[in-house]
Amino acid sequence: MTLQVNNLQCIRGDRELFSGLSFALQQKQLLMLEGANGSGKTTLLRTLCGLYLQEQGDILWDGVSIRKLDDQYRQELLYLGHYNAIKMDLTALENLRINTLLGGYNPGDNALMQALDAIGLFGFEDYPTRQLSQGQKRRVALARLLVSKQKLWILDEPFVALDVAAVELLQNIIAAHVDAGGMAILTTHQEVPLTTGAVKRLRLGEKQGVLADA
Amino acid sequence: MLSAFWIVLKRDLLLALRRRNEVFTVLFFFIVVISLFPLGVGVEEKILTKIAPGIVWIAALLASTLALDRLFSSDFEDGTLEQLLLTPHSLSVMVFAKIVAHWLLTGLPLVLIAPLVGLLYQIPVDSIAVMMLVLLLGTPVLSMIGAIGAALTLGLRGGGVLLSFLVLPLYIPVLVYGAGAISASMAQGVSIQPYLLLLSAFMILSLIFAPWATAAALKISIE
Repeated sequence: MTLQVNNLQCIRGDRELFSGLSFALQQKQLLMLEGANGSGKTTLLRTLCGLYLQEQGDILWDGVSIRKLDDQYRQELLYLGHYNAIKMDLTALENLRINTLLGGYNPGDNALMQALDAIGLFGFEDYPTRQLSQGQKRRVALARLLVSKQKLWILDEPFVALDVAAVELLQNIIAAHVDAGGMAILTTHQEVPLTTGAVKRLRLGEKQGVLADA
Repeated sequence: MLSAFWIVLKRDLLLALRRRNEVFTVLFFFIVVISLFPLGVGVEEKILTKIAPGIVWIAALLASTLALDRLFSSDFEDGTLEQLLLTPHSLSVMVFAKIVAHWLLTGLPLVLIAPLVGLLYQIPVDSIAVMMLVLLLGTPVLSMIGAIGAALTLGLRGGGVLLSFLVLPLYIPVLVYGAGAISASMAQGVSIQPYLLLLSAFMILSLIFAPWATAAALKISIE
């Protein structure tokens, strides 16, 4: 499985964020997206998801345009944006259940409880998420990663609001996903130490381009 | 595809159950508007019975626009809407589930409360049955047309006011034929069948087009 981006150009409003952007991502690879605030990191991620339409260029999944693949591509995709995409009136467990069911699979409540415990929400599964702290809400959203079957993770600033322990936990989760043959793209100002697998870096902004593979 | 429908429907009903006030707001608004009219125009039986069909429908139109603005905006604000767009299911199906949930929470209560309105305005029993029937046919159309408007105005500043301007004129056919059917049932020797057929046609038409148009509008609004 490959994600290939050819000559991508994105314009928001009347400002060109980037153009001529090309890169490829294979299995067992992690792409770190860097760049100053406002350099178009989020726009690039949302374009890769298919939420935004690019001005020019192609995004190919296994050689086929993601527009053409449509729901087949979305089957492989897990996107976590700035918003946690959880409902404040539902409990952590209900939120996770709905999100995974909509993702197209049903791991069962036991697996969901285990995921919530593993992400550090033991004892909070049945609280309305309204009553949880910012970091805990983020953990509810991140619990999806633990039960996901999607190959491609696109994470926008996943470490925001997390405490030190949770940051380390999330780093391990991402590393394990990549090691197991997954792919991940993330924007962050945090380093993600990966034991194996390749880390690619892509810089947006003035010195745009793929940096040397680490 | 069907599973996505049930998941979204159940989710929206569960959310409404946790925040009952939003459902009751619509119902109370309807009842208050209905009960203000006799105070304003007097309690003369003849006048009240004559204007009742129009009042019921106008109150229903206004009540249904009341909750429209929250139909997609709460999902939009917390990011769950973009997640719906990214699920491997048809967006139209999930949008239809949201519309059905909206109707169950705001349209169906109006249908059920209709007999009370009938008593207040001294409408004959037969006409009360007709009123419930036309509300049952007409309120889903309101929800479906409203959903298109809600999707189009999503994320706009002052979207709520714009939404009313946008959808209320589109509600006019339902108002005309819905109120017409109740009036016809009170008059002697007038058939209500044409009214029912037209309302059914509106419903089928909006059933076919509204989920699809709403989904398309949502994709534009998210962009």
